[in-house]
Amino acid sequence: MTRDEAFQQFLLRMGDNTLILGHRVSEWCGHAPVLEEDIALANTALDLIGQTQMWLGLAGEMGGGKTADDLAFLRDVWDFRNVLLVEVANGDFGRTLMRQFLFDAWHSIMLGRLLTSSDDRVAAIAAKASKEVAYHLERSAETVVGLGDGTEESHTRMQAALDYLWPYVGEMFVSDDIDAQIAAAGIAPNPADLRDEYDALVKRVLAKATLTLPESRFAHKGGRDGRMHTEHLGHLLSQMQWLQRAYPGASW
Amino acid sequence: MNTEWPLWEIFIRGQHGMSHRHVGSLHAPDAEMAIKNARDVYTRRNEGVSIWVVEANNISASSPSDKGPLYEPSESKVYRHPTFFDIPEEVGAM
Repeated sequence: MTRDEAFQQFLLRMGDNTLILGHRVSEWCGHAPVLEEDIALANTALDLIGQTQMWLGLAGEMGGGKTADDLAFLRDVWDFRNVLLVEVANGDFGRTLMRQFLFDAWHSIMLGRLLTSSDDRVAAIAAKASKEVAYHLERSAETVVGLGDGTEESHTRMQAALDYLWPYVGEMFVSDDIDAQIAAAGIAPNPADLRDEYDALVKRVLAKATLTLPESRFAHKGGRDGRMHTEHLGHLLSQMQWLQRAYPGASW
Repeated sequence: MNTEWPLWEIFIRGQHGMSHRHVGSLHAPDAEMAIKNARDVYTRRNEGVSIWVVEANNISASSPSDKGPLYEPSESKVYRHPTFFDIPEEVGAM
C-alpha cells in the first residue's frame, strides 16, 4: 500500500467513526427523555457530522475529486471503516451515553495527539474538533457518573450497558499495517499506544460512577479494516442513504 | 417523591462589559449540569461569554398584587429622572 493509500484509509477511519456515531446520536432527536438532553444530543450529533465533512472531505480530495457527500451516501457497508462500537444500536438512553463516553474518551486522546500531526491539514482538523470533543467528554463522563451513581435502576442499566459495550472497546486500540505506516510518517499515533492513557481515564470515571469494569479483554473486530461489520450498519445505512439510493444525484 | 429535576433560571452575558441577562429557564439535576444544559440550549448561536444559573426557588420575587404600593408612588415623580440635564456629546451613550 502506498503512503497516500494508507493516509486515505486513515482519513476514512476517522471520518466514518464520526459519521456513523453522528447519525446514531441524531436518532435521539425528538426522542430524548428530557428537552435539555434532546438538544444536547443533537448538538453532539451535529458536531460529529461537521467533523465528518472535514475528514471525508479530505479523504475524497485524495481519492480523485470525490466529495464528503459521495463518500457518505454512495458507499456500501463493506467500504466503511468505522469501529464497530459506533454502529451498535442505541439501546436505552444509558447505553447511548455509555457508548458516547467510551468513544469520547478515545476520541479526545486521539485528537490530542493529532494536534501535532506532521500533516498540517490533519492538525488543523484536530484543532477544531478537539475543542468540541473536550466538551462531549465532559458531558458524557458526568452523565455516566450521574446515572451510574444514581438510583438502583439507573445503576443496573449503566452496568448492563458497560458489560454490553466493553467488548467493542478493544478494536479502537488494534494496530495494523496501515497504522504502522501512518505512525512512521508522523501523521497519527499508533492506536495501541493510546491504551494506557485511555484505561486510566476510563477507570477514573467508572470508579466515580460506582461501576465495575469487566475483566475480559476480548474484542469484537472487523469494522476499521472493513472485514466484517455488525448487522446494525446495513440498517443504519438504509436509513441514512435511502434518498440518494432512490433518487440518485438528487440535490436541493 | 418528586422525581422532576429542579428548575434553574439562566443568565447569560452576551459580551465582555455587558451585564448578565435573564434568557430563560431549564431543568437540571444540579448546578453543574444546569450550566452544561444552558450552554447547549442557550448558547448554540454564539450568544454568550459567561453563564450564571440560579435555582428558581432561591429567587424571591415581588408580588404582582403589590404593584400599587410598590410602583405607583413613583409615577408622579418625574424629577427623579435625570432628563433635566444637558449631557455633553463626548460622554456618549448613557
